[in-house]
Amino acid sequence: MKIRQRLKISLATKKSLIGYLFVLPFVIGFILFFLYPFIQSVIFSLSELKIVPDGYILEYVQFKNYNHALFINAKFSRVFMETLLRMLADVPLIIFFSLFAAMLLNQKFRGRLLVRTIFFLPVIMGAGVVLAMERVDYMTQILQSGQDVQGGFLSAAYLRSFLLQLKIPEAGLEYIITVVGRIPEIIRASGIQILIFLAGLQSIPPSLFEASRVEGATQWENFWFIILPLISPLILTNIVYTIIDSFTAAHNELLGLIRDTAFGGAGYGVSTAMANIYFLAIAVILAISIAIISKWVFYHE
Amino acid sequence: MELIRSIRLKNVRSQFWPKLKKACFNLIRWVLILGICYIIIYPLLTKISSSFMSQRDLFDKTVQWIPRFFTFDNYTMVFEQLKYPEAFLNSFILALLVSLLQLFSCTLIGYGFARFDFKGKRLLFGLVIFTLIVPPQMIMIPMYLNFRYFTLFGLIPGGINLLGTFWPFILTSITGTGLKNGLFIFIMRQFFKGMPRGLEEAAYVDGAGPLRTFFKIMLPGAIPALVIVFLFSFVWQWNDFFLTNIYLGNETVLPMMLHGLKYNVEAVLDQPISTQYASLLNNTGSLMFMAPLLLLYAFMQKYFVESIERTGLVG
Repeated sequence: MKIRQRLKISLATKKSLIGYLFVLPFVIGFILFFLYPFIQSVIFSLSELKIVPDGYILEYVQFKNYNHALFINAKFSRVFMETLLRMLADVPLIIFFSLFAAMLLNQKFRGRLLVRTIFFLPVIMGAGVVLAMERVDYMTQILQSGQDVQGGFLSAAYLRSFLLQLKIPEAGLEYIITVVGRIPEIIRASGIQILIFLAGLQSIPPSLFEASRVEGATQWENFWFIILPLISPLILTNIVYTIIDSFTAAHNELLGLIRDTAFGGAGYGVSTAMANIYFLAIAVILAISIAIISKWVFYHE
Repeated sequence: MELIRSIRLKNVRSQFWPKLKKACFNLIRWVLILGICYIIIYPLLTKISSSFMSQRDLFDKTVQWIPRFFTFDNYTMVFEQLKYPEAFLNSFILALLVSLLQLFSCTLIGYGFARFDFKGKRLLFGLVIFTLIVPPQMIMIPMYLNFRYFTLFGLIPGGINLLGTFWPFILTSITGTGLKNGLFIFIMRQFFKGMPRGLEEAAYVDGAGPLRTFFKIMLPGAIPALVIVFLFSFVWQWNDFFLTNIYLGNETVLPMMLHGLKYNVEAVLDQPISTQYASLLNNTGSLMFMAPLLLLYAFMQKYFVESIERTGLVG
């Protein structure tokens, strides 16, 4: 009896040891390539960093770098606010659009596979150096302004006169025009989110819809009482993903500023200080949005 | 007779409205779908069309999509200035290496989190998610300096310079701390959690060890998730500019060559080039940069779209 018990314990211990073995690479990587640099970045932001022939030396300067980033650097606070505001404006739009697109793709129609293939193209194309170059591209600008002149589909002037006829108040008008102008960008930033929503929609058991049909529910009620509660955890996931994605996007203006400050600007210290301020802001935004939304999220287990 | 006719009429009427409604819905749906598709492929079309334009087309107001002076000159110029064969090969090797290593490490780590109980598991998994939330930009400078003077906590005297080599990518990949690796660990964990436990228990009863069970039983069953992780990893590494810029800033890899395309062309022509011409070259270069991914996507899109649904990513 005793022997058996000891054997059992040692088996459990053995299994947990094997578990450690499987996750060991991550533990090593986390310490070496995450925790250590993470702590360093805090230290760097409080120091002046000087490159010497065989390495670098640090000199503790308290909050000088933060002071420099916030109050001396001419561009930082402006770009910082702009980036944050744009992100806050974009997140709801991306979530709405990707949910809408996922529901569109979840329906059965001819050529669905082709349409899906096109919808997920931004996952492949919409990143990195290509997108960053498009921002400053002459050709893209020409074609867009050309559309404007001809009064094409997305023409701002045309839209403005149309909305004025509808007697929409001035403030709302500007908002609508900005949103419409950002449609292409919103669509191209939604690839992964659509994918996640689509997977969620397909994991809803069909029996629920059958039951609601028996009860005589409309599509509208189906959406509010079945679909929305069941995918609400994914809305949270997608909000978090979208915030992080916009934070790390290669064409993010603020990140460009941080990089330029490090390599050829006010130096490593100020640059890390900027990065830390930005990270702190994002962490606060993430925490607030998670706190607000998770109250409303429905978990069915 | 009257009665039958009125019933028939009523039948036709009752079918008419739902049918019209359905047709309207269909129409709206297709308008939306086509509109969105147009917006998505619009930049691609612009690039394709302008890559065949000669400089004269740019100043011709009547040329919108189809170039009047059709030319391959942009392609030959960009092909040479990107050092395309060499840069392509380097980028391809890097992306393949990184994605295979990440696939390997994230699968193992994900399996460890999914199937074994050990102290501190929840904390460790929380840390995995944390690495996902902290952007690489925050630790960019320490990482840069650590790889510039790589000492491994003073174990290597004097330190070695790992910048300009693939080592920073290799080291972070095998330890599951590369680009968005937290997400891959998460996907693999979710997938393994969804697999029936009976499979492994049967293998254990038959006397197979945990490693053997993992490779012989679990891995073959996890192919949909493996494909997804591999594809994402490859695509993100290929598209990555941020880490490549820091670790391989002066090397012949595609993102860096594309970034410096304009300056290279100017150096060769020995004169500054116009923004318009630079735009033509950049569009051509972007197209050549994306071509391998588009090709990969064309072949794998079925896996890409379908297996997301089977990975239990959201379960």
